[in-house]
This record gives sequence, C-alpha cells and structure tokens, in this order.
Amino acid sequence: MPSDKVLKEADRVMVICNACRYCEGFCAVFPAMERRRTFEDRDLKYLANLCHNCRDCYYACQYAPPHEYQLNVPRALAELRLETYRDAVWPGVFAGLIKHNGPAVASITVLSIAAVLLLTIVFSGPPTVFSTHLGENAFYRVIPYALMVIPFSSLAIYLIVVFLIGLNRFWRDAAGKPADFTDFRANGRALWDALRLKYLAGGGYGCNYPDERFSHIRRWLHHCVFYGFLLCLTSTTVAAIYDHFLHRPAPYPVLSWPVVLGTIGGVALLVGSAGLLYLKARMDSQPATPRSLGMDIGFLVLLFLTSLSGLLLLILRETPAMGTLLAVHLGIVMGLFVTMPYGKFIHAIFRYAALVKNAHESLREDNSR
Amino acid sequence: MIKVFQRKSKQQFTVDLTQIYDVLVIGGGNAALCAAMTARKAGATVVVLEAAPREFRGGNSRHTRNLRYMHASANEHLTGPYLEDEFWEDLYRVTEGHTNETLARLTIRQSNNVGAWMARQGGMFQPAMRGTLHLARTNGFFLGGGKALINAYYATANKIGIDILYDAEVHDLQIQDGRFVAASFVTGNTTRRVRAQSVVVASGGFQANLNWLKEAWGQPADNFIIRGTPYNQGRLLRVLLDQGAKPVGDPRQCHAVAIDARAPKFDGGIVTRLDCVPFSIVVNRHARRFYDEGEDFWPKRYAIWGRLVAQQPDQIAYAIIDAKCIDLFMPSVFPPIQADSISALAAKLELDAADLETTVKAFNAAVRTGSFNADDLDDCATDGLSPPKSHWARPLDKPPFYGYPLRPGITFTYLGVTVDAKAQVVMQDERPAPNIFAAGEIMAGNILGRGYMAGFGMTIGTVFGRIAGKEAARYAIG
Repeated sequence: MPSDKVLKEADRVMVICNACRYCEGFCAVFPAMERRRTFEDRDLKYLANLCHNCRDCYYACQYAPPHEYQLNVPRALAELRLETYRDAVWPGVFAGLIKHNGPAVASITVLSIAAVLLLTIVFSGPPTVFSTHLGENAFYRVIPYALMVIPFSSLAIYLIVVFLIGLNRFWRDAAGKPADFTDFRANGRALWDALRLKYLAGGGYGCNYPDERFSHIRRWLHHCVFYGFLLCLTSTTVAAIYDHFLHRPAPYPVLSWPVVLGTIGGVALLVGSAGLLYLKARMDSQPATPRSLGMDIGFLVLLFLTSLSGLLLLILRETPAMGTLLAVHLGIVMGLFVTMPYGKFIHAIFRYAALVKNAHESLREDNSR
Repeated sequence: MIKVFQRKSKQQFTVDLTQIYDVLVIGGGNAALCAAMTARKAGATVVVLEAAPREFRGGNSRHTRNLRYMHASANEHLTGPYLEDEFWEDLYRVTEGHTNETLARLTIRQSNNVGAWMARQGGMFQPAMRGTLHLARTNGFFLGGGKALINAYYATANKIGIDILYDAEVHDLQIQDGRFVAASFVTGNTTRRVRAQSVVVASGGFQANLNWLKEAWGQPADNFIIRGTPYNQGRLLRVLLDQGAKPVGDPRQCHAVAIDARAPKFDGGIVTRLDCVPFSIVVNRHARRFYDEGEDFWPKRYAIWGRLVAQQPDQIAYAIIDAKCIDLFMPSVFPPIQADSISALAAKLELDAADLETTVKAFNAAVRTGSFNADDLDDCATDGLSPPKSHWARPLDKPPFYGYPLRPGITFTYLGVTVDAKAQVVMQDERPAPNIFAAGEIMAGNILGRGYMAGFGMTIGTVFGRIAGKEAARYAIG
C-alpha cells in the first residue's frame, strides 16, 4: 500500500486543483480530475499515472512554492506513481528493487555482462572468442545458437507474465472493472494518445522541460527512444524470421532489413536516450521527485548502452573484437530485460492503462451528453 | 554599471542605473508588462521595477484567468461574436452607469481582437472547456491561467531587452514643474534612484494596505480578506495623489466577491471562491436572509456578493444548501460544514437554531413548485417572500445539510488617478501631466465606478497598458 503521507498529499493537491482548474487545457489529468468531486485512493493512483510529468502546471501554478499552499502537482503525483510501481511488483520480494532502483539496475547489469562474458570465454574458449569470424553463423561460433535463443525466449515469456500480473494489479487497484480495459474504442484512443505522446505536448506548446520555457524537445527525444526501441525489436523479430523460416542465419549484410531497421532504431535510441539524459542533468529538480532519479537515469543509461554496444558490434563485427562485443551486448540486453519489470519501464504499461481508463471515461461522458 | 543583487530570488541582475531610460514602468503585472513591451517595441529603452520577488511577480494578474475582449466573429477559443454595443451594455449594467463613457468605449474598441496581439507577445489561450463557466463567447481563457500569461510576457520582455528588477519597491517620484524626473526605490536594504524620460505607473490598487482599507471602511475592514497579491500597497497611488493627481472613484468601491471565510488573509486566489450561492439560501449571523440568491446566473452576480456580505453584521454570512444541491457547483477547497438537521447545522455554524429553522421554514413554505434547471433561469421561485429568491428555489429538505461561511474577498480597489484617452495622469487643475501615465488597477476606477464583470480588469490593464506604453515611448523618443 502507498504510504498515507503520499496519498494524503496527492489528495490535498487534487482538492486544491479541482477548486481552481486553470490548468485544464494542459493535459488529461485535470479534465479527469474534474469528473470527480472527491478522490478515493484508486482515483489518485489513476491520476498519478495519467500524469506525464510535463510540468506545465507547476510553472503556471499560482500556489506553487513559496506560496503557503506549497502546491507541487508533478512532484506529488510522481511520488505516488512510484509507489504504485512498487505495489504492483511481482514477485513481491522484488519490491525493494523499486526503492533502490539505480544501484540495483547498475549491479544487475554489471553482473549479467560479467556472467555472459565469463560463460562465453569458459565455454567457447579464448581463441574462439578473440578471433575474427566471417560469413554465415559467425555469431553462433562464439555463442551457440541454442544458448542465445533459449535464455532470451524464456526471459521474454517471463516478462510477458510479470507485466500481465502487474497490469492486472494496477487495473484492480487504480482503475476498475476488467471489462473496461477491453473497451475497443478506448484502446484505440489511448493508443493514438500514446503513439503521439499527446500529453507531453502540454496543450500544444510543449513541456516546461528542462526548465520554465515551453519546448517540444523532450517529446521528440522520447519519440526517438520509443520508436528506436520498437525498430530494434522489429529488427530482432525479422532476423528471427529470416533464421527460422528462411534459413538465412545471421549476420546479415548491411543492406538487409534486420541491419537497416536495427541501425536506424539503434541510432534513434542512442540519440534519444543521450538527449534525455542531457536534459535530466539540466532540469529544474523542483517539480520532480528525487526518489525516482536513480530509476530514470538507470533505465536511460541501460538503453543508451544497449544501442551503443549493438552499433559497435555492427561496425566491428568483422574484427577480433566481435566475440567480446557480442557477449557484452547480450549481457547488457539481458540486464535490460531482467530489470524491465522492476524499473522505469513499468511507466509504459501503467501510463497506457491510465490512458485507456481516461479514454473510457471521456467516451462515456461524450455518450451521456 | 550598478549591480543589484536580488536577495529573495537569489539572482543577480545587472542594470545600469546611471543611464536615463526612455521609459520607467512601475509595477510588474499585466498592465505594466503590456506597457513595457509596447514601449520597447516602439524603440524605447525600458526598465521595469516590480515590488514583488520573482516568484510572486505579476501582481493580481497571476490570479486571473481570462480577458474579455471585443471580437466580430468566433475564433479558435471564443464561441461567437461580441460586439461594441453588447459589451458597452454589459458594462453599463454592472456599473449602473458609474463609468466614463468616452474611456469605456475607448477600452472596448481598443480591445478588439486583442487576443491576437497577446498571442504575438507569447500569450496562450485554451479552447472553451468545462471550467470556462458561461463566458466562452465573451472571454478568452489563458492556457494555464494568469501566471502562465505573465510568465510568457516576462519571457518576451527579457528577449526584447527590457531591464527588469524584482524586489524593487518604488517609494517616491521626483516631479519637477509637473514633469516626472526620477523615482526612488528600495531593493534589499538599499534605496536607489532611477531616471527616465517618462513613467508608466501600473502598480495596482491599495487593497493590500489594511490601514488604508480601514480608513475607508472603518472597523468592517478587519474582516475583509484580500484575494490577491499582498504587494499592492497603494504606495504609488498615494504618492501621485499627494503630488496633485486628480482622484477618481470612491475609496469604498472595489471588486469584491463573497469567498470562503476560511481563506488565508492574502493571496488565496481563485480556490477560495464559492459558487453555491444561487442554489442556497444565504443568511447573516442573525440567521436572516438579506438578498435574492437566485437573481441571475452566478457569473453575472458573483461580483455583488462581496459588498452584500460586507454590509452584514460582523461581515459574515452563511450559504446553506441541502443534499440535492451539493454537486451542482464547482467543488470548493474547503469542505462544507455538514449536519443532519437544520438545528444541528445552526449549532455548528454558531447560529441561533430556532431563528435558522424559522428562516428555513418560511423559505420552504414560500417555494413555488417549478421545473428545476441549473443551466437556465428556471421557474423555481418564491412567492410572497422578502427578499424573494427568483430562480433555483427549492425547499431545503433533504439531509444532510451543508453550510459554507462567507466573507468579503477584495480583489482590487477602484479609487485611482484620473487619466485621459492617452493614459496621461490628469492633475487637479485638469491638465494632464505630460510624461506621467497610468494603467491597470490604479486607473480602473475611471471606467469601473462600481460593480464588476468577469475578465474586464485584464481588458483595462491590457488596453491602457498598451496606450500608456505607446504614449510614454512617443514622449521619450518622439
């Protein structure tokens, strides 16, 4: 359960906001708030995850510190959001990972890189790892096909299970009837909102990020990360299809779908994650919660390293560095996947769920008018 | 170069106070910034002295939300046309004719499409939404409210090279032979002097000066709550009047609304207002009703209730509703005081239970059955009751019952300096001071003799800010 203090502060903030409503043009949080007169814990958890942290409301707020009301909407919602992540963690023993996310993600990733590298060297032998491999099956000569496919496939299944459990818990705690989540039109609208990052556009003028000025830079960098990540996933999937069904084993030529998609995606991910890290270093920390900093940075660094190691592997795949780079890249990807359900990635799932709920509510409201 | 360290905002601004600026703008709200931007864009060098620290900059404008302006047709954020005659009639009605028609019509005409000008200075508007009350046709709503507008104006002011000092309260003006020469201001603990060819005074009314309020109102002023900035001390208004400016308006007239009595003394802003009056009965501390709560839609009536409450004993009143009405108005920041019977509610509100029951009984008996409609001037009215309730009258019979305590909330005062159509301050000999201009609350009393209508303070500030800025620059640089 979220701490009373965090829930109370979110409630205090929303009650003041609901009597003001000046910010209703910025995002979905305020119109959703206006549909309520009082706020149950579930409402607050939902609103906390609907907030995209664009921070426009903070700088526009006549009650922001140093005003005696000390109103800090983005921070209050961010603190609660973090607790909803923790509450939905499965298995529950890993909930502590949310609290100390930065160090946890870092050590898990280092361990996983070390493990993959060590196992590769031990099993394939240093001569194989440190020499040049060309042509078909070059990668599999360093790490056997089965050892690449089986762990990652099992991990993928594990991730899907954990995310479904988390989503189910969040929906139960913060949203409502399971049937509402399957509302087709609501999902359509939520998807459209998510794919455009509509609510990082703050009523059309952008976020107040990293500082008081309005800017679309964060939205574009997030697009780079999101679509870059998606392209990388697509590239992997296409490669798997080539391999299993077309019997064309990796590595692929530069002008092939897996490499083209992976390169574009990788560069986008690299630029996006580096840009977001740069903005985070410069951001005004007042409207953010310091408690999520480790989580935010950890995830961005991991995404950055994933794309960087992948791109280096592509560039140096015909040199003796390939074996080491392959092991390191796979180690980082392993770290990324293992920590995914216990870190910043949760925001993608919960925010989408909150957007579905929001779309469901507003569609119902339109119908009743 | 003189460095001025801004203690409270921990920022340092370097301003060359040895130069003679073209235009000095005193104040840091909407009117001041409109004047400063206009003067700067006309080519003048401009310095703005804002009494508040940076975090509280913007005077009462940071609490505003919308601006009423004339427009011939609907646009992205307004739902239909609003022309001069309708605007003028609305103003005439709320002021009951206590206005200067020349200046009022000038304000209305010059406000034509001013939203587009504001947008060019960085102002952002939002489309009509739920929170825009009944004003979506006549008033442009700022995206994020007045503070967002002010932030945008300050950003523009910085970009176009206006010097701005916060924590800089002007204490005196040096006027020689009827002409402004210099101003002295205090920043930190230091008194400094700034010279300029002309000055625009846009430093607000005197509503935050509790002693002055008490001079005008006597004891009742102790029970007034100041809705906006505590920095509007009326110091410049006093200086100008002492130096021979011709006053305008009654010191007791102001924009005052009934707000929750539990509001903070200053700066409570919008969240302390209560919209439940049309659905309630409002009684004074003797548990008696004193005015028709359902006279008209709330946005057309909210501005008279501050005075109504101010005229009641101890300047307090209580709006009482029952369970039927609790969801009909915007939620308030303070929870209602709740009880299961009228007498129990009376006890909680410290009213005489028998008196309140008598009032409620008489009211309930006088209610004529009609078809209730919160969005329309419906036919639910009282019969043979004094004062009547003309609309939305329904018997108070469904527990729980709710009470909200009301106090007068002062937005801004109307006593000001007389200006002419060039925003020049008119002296007691009827001659305008050649290089002293005024804009905003400090001269709003020329146009608002009494009453108020939503978003019109910002209209006056924007229109006269622009006029003052233009004329001040013209005086300085030709």
